[in-house]
Amino acid sequence: MSEAEAVQRIRDEVTRNDVVLFMKGTPVFPQCGFSAAVVEVLSQLGVKFQGVDVLRDPGIRQGIKEFSNWPTIPQLYVKGEFIGGCDIVREMYETGELEQFLKDKGVAVSLAA
Amino acid sequence: MAMAAEDIVRLIKEGLPGAEVRLRDMVGDGDHYEATVISPDFVGKSRIQQHQMVYAALRGRMGGELHALKLTTMAPDTK
Repeated sequence: MSEAEAVQRIRDEVTRNDVVLFMKGTPVFPQCGFSAAVVEVLSQLGVKFQGVDVLRDPGIRQGIKEFSNWPTIPQLYVKGEFIGGCDIVREMYETGELEQFLKDKGVAVSLAA
Repeated sequence: MAMAAEDIVRLIKEGLPGAEVRLRDMVGDGDHYEATVISPDFVGKSRIQQHQMVYAALRGRMGGELHALKLTTMAPDTK
């Protein structure tokens, strides 16, 4: 996959899906603790999301870092907007900011009891 | 693939003059750090921008030789 194709694929993913997580591994089997932490936050919030496993595709793995000017994975996108990596997502979750943000964006949230 | 704590602190301070940097080696392996960076340059910047400024100061090492840096950033007037 060329660089342009990788960028197009990334654009498609974040346009087609309300919530996209670029991660190592899959939501069911995360291959990295940081990716697992973000999956856990999204599960706690009951948010449906599209997981993209960067380990399956070196083009996406490199491309996503340039796409967002962000050097690490995981990366969370909501309605095409880059939200942050593990630290920011966790911080926003702990302050309640993430839940509010998702609601403001019209993303369905169902908090786990 | 690891980085010495003093190199991380030095790079961040070079990139963000006047910043206060607190760094903790979380595991003791020189590869998993936790940093709090407080810089006047963060005023008016989003959290993403603040983190990007720290990553820029690390000049490409983040995600490479520096595997894990748990980052918290803030401007001096916020707690």
